[in-house]
Amino acid sequence: MNETALLIAAMLASGTPLAIAGLGLLINEKVGVLNLGAEGMLLVGAVTGFAVSFHTGSTVLALLAGAGAAAVVAAVFGWLVIWINANQYATGLAVSLFGGGFSAFVGVPYVGQKLAPPVSDALPVLGDIPFIGPALFRQHPMVYLTMLAVLVLGWLFYRTRVGLVLRAVGESPESAHALGYRVRLLRLAAVLAGGALCGVAGAYLSCVYTPLWVEGMVAGRGWIALALTVFATWRPARILLGAYLFGGVTMLQLHLQGLGVEVPSQFLSMLPYAATVVVLVLISRNPMWLRANMPASLGKPFFPGG
Amino acid sequence: MTDQSKRLLLKLASVATVAGATLLAACGKKEEAAPAAPAASAAPASAAKADPLKLGFIYVGPVGDAGWTFAHDSARKAIEAKFGDKIKTTFVEKVPEGPDAERVIRDLVAQGNKVILATSFGYGDAMEKVAKDHPDVYFEHATGFKTGPNLRVYEGRFYEDAYLAGIVAGKMTKTNTLGFVGSFPIPEVMRNLNAYLLGAQSVNPKAKLKVVWVSSWFDPPKETDAATTLLNGGADVLLQNTDSSAVLQAAEKAGKYAFGWDSDMSAYAPKAHLGSAVLNWAVYYEKVVNDVLGKTWKTEDTKWGTKEGMNDFVKIADVVPEDVKKAVETAKAGLKDGSVVVFKGPLVDNTGKEVLAAGAKADDAWNSKVNFFLKGVEGKPPVAK
Repeated sequence: MNETALLIAAMLASGTPLAIAGLGLLINEKVGVLNLGAEGMLLVGAVTGFAVSFHTGSTVLALLAGAGAAAVVAAVFGWLVIWINANQYATGLAVSLFGGGFSAFVGVPYVGQKLAPPVSDALPVLGDIPFIGPALFRQHPMVYLTMLAVLVLGWLFYRTRVGLVLRAVGESPESAHALGYRVRLLRLAAVLAGGALCGVAGAYLSCVYTPLWVEGMVAGRGWIALALTVFATWRPARILLGAYLFGGVTMLQLHLQGLGVEVPSQFLSMLPYAATVVVLVLISRNPMWLRANMPASLGKPFFPGG
Repeated sequence: MTDQSKRLLLKLASVATVAGATLLAACGKKEEAAPAAPAASAAPASAAKADPLKLGFIYVGPVGDAGWTFAHDSARKAIEAKFGDKIKTTFVEKVPEGPDAERVIRDLVAQGNKVILATSFGYGDAMEKVAKDHPDVYFEHATGFKTGPNLRVYEGRFYEDAYLAGIVAGKMTKTNTLGFVGSFPIPEVMRNLNAYLLGAQSVNPKAKLKVVWVSSWFDPPKETDAATTLLNGGADVLLQNTDSSAVLQAAEKAGKYAFGWDSDMSAYAPKAHLGSAVLNWAVYYEKVVNDVLGKTWKTEDTKWGTKEGMNDFVKIADVVPEDVKKAVETAKAGLKDGSVVVFKGPLVDNTGKEVLAAGAKADDAWNSKVNFFLKGVEGKPPVAK
């Protein structure tokens, strides 16, 4: 019973960085920008967050700094793909490689450093409820903030005028442009916001989840987050569920091993991507569904004059 | 149209340049000493008497990994300090195990390095190939098994450290359940986890071990997940065979215990850290330099452990009671003089099959075939192909 509660808690914690990065990429993709540089942005966020946490001891500042640094990288990416109209796929991959190399380079002095010891995150009263307490109410505040962010984003995209405009930019940039909206600026704003969230996810990994910095520590979570946006068919709530599912698969597999149940770990590591392929096949078979969900201009450059 | 595609091409090219430059910078070669004098490589070894002996190291990870590669690089610095201007060392870090390795090795040979030290298992094929083409260069391969007239292998006995850690763990556990975060179920790792349990059982017969595999040498968040799983399952003293300090930090957060591996990790988790298994490759690298300078180099398969000073277990924490510290020191002395043997019969695996007969001591052939869990380990080892 208690172990189940701890398993649920671990799933929520390990899904959170995926959810944050996934939401960031969702914002990018909603306006039609595919950001393959996510892995690099997570790494830049992680190293910056770690450095700030190391010098100031503040996790809040670290998360903010991680967001800022990744947003700077996102700004360069945005300028390349939105104004110069560089190929989004190639630029994204370049940013991903750049982020990996850059974070390793500037992170050298921080390898092997340690942060202030973590404090207990248990909420008073709620954390003491049997079963539910250990399962839900002993998490880092970021876990709850991420849940809140999903609600806010869902409301923003589907219930507000701003969201409607952003979606229009992603569906048909030409129409939005004809209506007088500044497509490039809106896209850049979304890219910055998306990059910032990737940075937060990276800083969460290096400062809260696994408080250490070593190069490449994100270990592919940026790519899982990219798969997650497709898996969730570009819906915020599904991103959260998908993140808990993908995070949960890892935890569950390790948990099963601990119980002595044999599941090939390679099979389970493959699951998030296999699930994404299945979803892609399903939504691609149904043109209506695909059109209803996937931003129509995803990955395509926009020429205001053309 | 053509203009457009030209522009796109240009952009692609610039993007590719940026990416390429980044890659180059990331895996760039660092040279410690002054660049090689091109003449040295052309001259025969005997003629270049006054020149320092040049050694080239190839690392699989970054020198800052705080683990495996860090240990090799510390040893490189140690012999440089010891031999002064008699030797000159160069290293190339983050060399992938594969075709690139051969190119890097040939490069180092072309620069006039007379000793090539490759520090990861996967360099074996490349080392064998290049060694055949350069009979005047000495090749040293860590954890390998292929030898030749100018190619030899060396390895540490890491399971001795795991055994010493086990002694501490067996005494410190409250739940009698230990945890082990494994990378891959290869004999080396299987030896370590079994030795960890044997160490614990030598002082606490009730000790049992839970094992979780992460299928990676290095994935800190996943190592954290694995450690959390073990801690949730009741394990309270953890050991890992992965390369980061994540397991130690997970234990620190949970208020439980763990060990450092490959290097002294006490700073990462002041409360959780019970001791660190460290590797001191310098003792072997000293031998290499002496062998080459003294012209006594011959093909060997070196396996050194606690006795030779290659392995050590250090920084035992203050929370560990004096009698346990003494037990570790006694065992360490026993490993040195041969009175303590980690794997000695009778040993039974956890399905009840005898794997080492009563009275028998494990030899290197037995060591290389450890693919089972000893009695007291929970579960079944994954099938290693």
